[in-house]
Amino acid sequence: MNFPILSFLTFFPLIGVVLILLKRGTEDTTSRFSKNIAIIFSIINFFVSLLLWIKFDLKNLGFQFVEESKWIKNFVSYKMGIDGISIFLVILTTFISPLCIFAAINSLKKRIKEFLIAILIMQTFMIGVFCALDLFLFFLFFEGGLIPMFLIIGIWGGERRVYSALKFFLYTFLGSIFMLIAIIAIYWNMNTLDVVKLMESKIPDNLQYWMWFGFFISLAVKLPMWPFHTWLPDAHVEAPTPGSVILAAILLKISGYGFIRFSLGLFPIASHYFANFVFVLSVIAIIYASLVALMQKDMKKLIAYSSVAHMGYVTIGIFSFTKQGIDGAIFQMISHGLISSSLFLCVGVLYDRVHSRLIQDYSGVANIMPKFALVFVFSSLANVGLPGTSGFVGEFLTLIGTFKVNYIASIAAATGVILSAAYSLWLCKRVVFGEFKVNNHGEALLDLDKTEIIILFMLAVLTILFGVYPNLILEPISSSVDLIVKNIGNIK
Amino acid sequence: MIYSILFLPLLGSFISAFFYKKIGEIACQIITSAFVVLGAIFSSLILIETIKTGKVYQLPLFDWISSGSLKLHWSIYVDSLTAVMLVVVNSVSALVHIYSIGYMSHDPHKPRFMSYLSLFTFAMLSLITADNFLQLFFGWEGVGLASYLLIGFWFKKESANNASMKAFIVNRVGDLGLLIAMFLIFKTFGTLTFSEVFSQAATQSKNSVYIFGGDYNLITTICVFLFIGAMGKSAQIILHTWLPDAMEGPTPVSALIHAATMVTAGVFLVARCSPLFEYSQYALNLVAFVGATTAIFAASIAIVQTDIKRIIAYSTCSQLGYMFFAAGMGAYNVAIFHLFTHAFFKALLFLGAGSVIHAFHDEQNIEKMGGVWKKIPLTYVLMLIGTLALTGFPLLAGFYSKDAIIESAYFSKSLFSGYAFVIGIVTAFITSVYSWRLIFKTFHGKYNNSMSFDKVHESGPVMLIPLLLLAVGAIFSGYVFHEIFIGEKTEFWGKAIFFLNHVEHGHPPMWLIILVPTLVISSIPLSFILFLKRKEIVESFVSTNKPIHTFLVKKWYFDELYDLVFVRTFKNIGTFLWQKGDVNTIDGYGPDGVAKIVKKISEQASKVQSGYLYHYATVILVGLSLIITFLIFI
Repeated sequence: MNFPILSFLTFFPLIGVVLILLKRGTEDTTSRFSKNIAIIFSIINFFVSLLLWIKFDLKNLGFQFVEESKWIKNFVSYKMGIDGISIFLVILTTFISPLCIFAAINSLKKRIKEFLIAILIMQTFMIGVFCALDLFLFFLFFEGGLIPMFLIIGIWGGERRVYSALKFFLYTFLGSIFMLIAIIAIYWNMNTLDVVKLMESKIPDNLQYWMWFGFFISLAVKLPMWPFHTWLPDAHVEAPTPGSVILAAILLKISGYGFIRFSLGLFPIASHYFANFVFVLSVIAIIYASLVALMQKDMKKLIAYSSVAHMGYVTIGIFSFTKQGIDGAIFQMISHGLISSSLFLCVGVLYDRVHSRLIQDYSGVANIMPKFALVFVFSSLANVGLPGTSGFVGEFLTLIGTFKVNYIASIAAATGVILSAAYSLWLCKRVVFGEFKVNNHGEALLDLDKTEIIILFMLAVLTILFGVYPNLILEPISSSVDLIVKNIGNIK
Repeated sequence: MIYSILFLPLLGSFISAFFYKKIGEIACQIITSAFVVLGAIFSSLILIETIKTGKVYQLPLFDWISSGSLKLHWSIYVDSLTAVMLVVVNSVSALVHIYSIGYMSHDPHKPRFMSYLSLFTFAMLSLITADNFLQLFFGWEGVGLASYLLIGFWFKKESANNASMKAFIVNRVGDLGLLIAMFLIFKTFGTLTFSEVFSQAATQSKNSVYIFGGDYNLITTICVFLFIGAMGKSAQIILHTWLPDAMEGPTPVSALIHAATMVTAGVFLVARCSPLFEYSQYALNLVAFVGATTAIFAASIAIVQTDIKRIIAYSTCSQLGYMFFAAGMGAYNVAIFHLFTHAFFKALLFLGAGSVIHAFHDEQNIEKMGGVWKKIPLTYVLMLIGTLALTGFPLLAGFYSKDAIIESAYFSKSLFSGYAFVIGIVTAFITSVYSWRLIFKTFHGKYNNSMSFDKVHESGPVMLIPLLLLAVGAIFSGYVFHEIFIGEKTEFWGKAIFFLNHVEHGHPPMWLIILVPTLVISSIPLSFILFLKRKEIVESFVSTNKPIHTFLVKKWYFDELYDLVFVRTFKNIGTFLWQKGDVNTIDGYGPDGVAKIVKKISEQASKVQSGYLYHYATVILVGLSLIITFLIFI
């Protein structure tokens, strides 16, 4: 048996948590210790995850790095494995986590130790979610992730943190119940929860519809899809910056992953049946959220609504069942992970200095913070989907894939390119350009410090790299996507 | 050599943006300018080679996107069409780079400006050297980005920020058309590479596509969407509103982007896609109609504007209309020829206007100028050359290309050829009138500025030498190249431009050959009288026809209309969806509503648990009696 690399990735951060908890001493020493541990563990985890990329077999259609052992007899097995669909989501998680830890250390003032613990636990759950090949195991990780996120919003959040945290928790938890019911139903009917076996055996047609719907509600809430999206802006607004980053970059991706892996993988007939329904919701999400984003007064809310719109491209691409659509959807998830992180970090930079997220409190920031202005405008343009940035590739592929099967949905969704330009550039215009004027604390405005530059620079470089040479991602995911497209094509 | 043409500007831009602190401002200016000058020299060599040998370069760089059957590369493709564009882009860009050193000498952000200029040049070059639609789109959006950054270069100015945003968003409307065209092409042709698409054009020409509730000819549909893209970038009527506002940017930018290069990308696109357009007479008619309409529409506005740059901007709009209607007549080579000559004289006019603005210390209103031709003689002469070339004065550049366009309309038998022909002639006359109006008001008559007359000064050699070179182009580019570009026996275009039906050349009748030059020449004394000697004629005309005048001054009310129909509507919808949709409906009935109901129920429930013994006793008693009743009667 090989080295269990996926389990290592998943549980390594937990070791860090244990070490942090064991450390005794004054608050000063423990917090310094916890910072070091969190940085070291997350960076090691990132480099280990790169091994996945290096050792990944491009030709292999099935799952790789598979680990399996019995857990609960005849019911749940501990089964982990990744394929082209999940590999980059795992790497995205391990990449974003250290960035969040750096950002947290840089900006958070209180209870830093507890915050780092929450982030490390979060990392465990998120990596686990993308690797789990057993529905029960998946559900555990899926739900488990709620708790640290709930705490992050509820403890380190802004003024209305309790309302937002509760809304977040109840919304997503309620959604999950439907998934749990579907999972139980699958077990009753199929006698297994092993994803690989389920994909091979065919779930009876009449059951597929119900189970698809159970999964759909749960995933749609998490994505979030219109009209289940209203928790997201609130959660983002109240969450501290690193929390927002994790939420946008990783948490939202679980649903996209779930749609491809479970909705398409396990319930292909139902997926076909509901495809137009998903198109409708996605198109509404794109247009509706973009228009709402246009009028937001709070920067974080604006970016949150823009996330909702961008996730619309993901779902529309997935349910086009075309190679380009699904490629684009996966690409869009990675790309959005990078770009939205960058945008949230930018807002965090301003918030740290001025303690306001309101657009009207800023004007002409570029005069004082040229470096910041560069990054902010760049990220906004990447968010708009300018060719040459990763944002373009994702949007273009999903739309061109969707156009093949449903031109109306594709064209309607494509109007998002105009609307996204409108809200992003208007935001830039109001915040970055113009005469310098910042309400209260304006004198505290300093340009980016070293940590911020490094973090944002890395995100920007990757955004361009993937925009100019997207095959870095498209090639490894190719065979897995081919397989899915083939399977679902056979149904027709 | 070709690689360096494309990548030197990118390198220059990069150096100037990130290393200006290390190497200093002057080094940035020299490096970026030198790189583009080098590119201009190389481009000329390539054009000469293409003219001589007809060589076509295709150099793949590396893969871009491969997803299933969608396989695209970054590559450099140079045929005669690209070679012409290379010369236009690089030579104008080089001169503008040099000119900017002088023009921006008082600006604190010189490296940033040079960096943007070079970035623009790179994006434009990658647009014209594309061998597939997506790379073209990359360049297409890239120039849009550069334009956005440069219009908003003075980011403290509110108006500049609004203009830059408007330019980007209006362009995006056009880009949506281009995107849809690409989707359609990929769906039906299965590829986005030019050569593969064009080779299928003939076999696909009879196919139709079901879209928007009806069956339409496939090629026509694609061409219409491509043209929507072209309309956005080339500021054709309906999508033109951004171009005049774009004049908020520094003047060198207007010359480079909004006159000579970027705005001509739409014309380039139509010419590049001539193998498609040739199979759709309907699309060609549309191109001709829109082009001709824009030509006269923009000219009618130019005649009443008072901002020197806006006049030239509307003039650009109008000239682009000429190019499109030439393309719509199927005379793509004539359109490109006009693009080529126009680049020189329009850049000359803009940079000349920049020199005038400089002389007047940032005054742009021509009503507040006048009488300075002796004070700034070089600028005056150069502007005169530009004006003569633009109006189509015999033997100068515009004469060859504009006459060729009007002739193409004369010989064409398409639906709008008569319309275009008449408009072409009328617009040539209006063009001449507004151009001379500009000259007379700016340089002649009484000095009208509050600034002291002595302060008016001629620009330095860094600014005048590029103008001189452009003037050479404005004088000779028509004469030298007309045989090659539009001559009857020219083989220059090879496969770059496709003609389905051989364009008739014939010899135009004598009256046509004489008519346009006569109009142009006679407009000079006419303008002299109207705008200089007997101003009261114009004034009385204006006062008696107030509505028409206001209508033109307000630019046909396009901005007001769009503000009402789009900007405000979308903002209102946004607010409505947010407040009524999200807050009231979804949250109101969803989470918050449920929470409220739960709270209410639990409040009610808690009331039951009052703690008073007699409450409980009553409930027990009532309950007991109910149960007993129930048991007895069942």
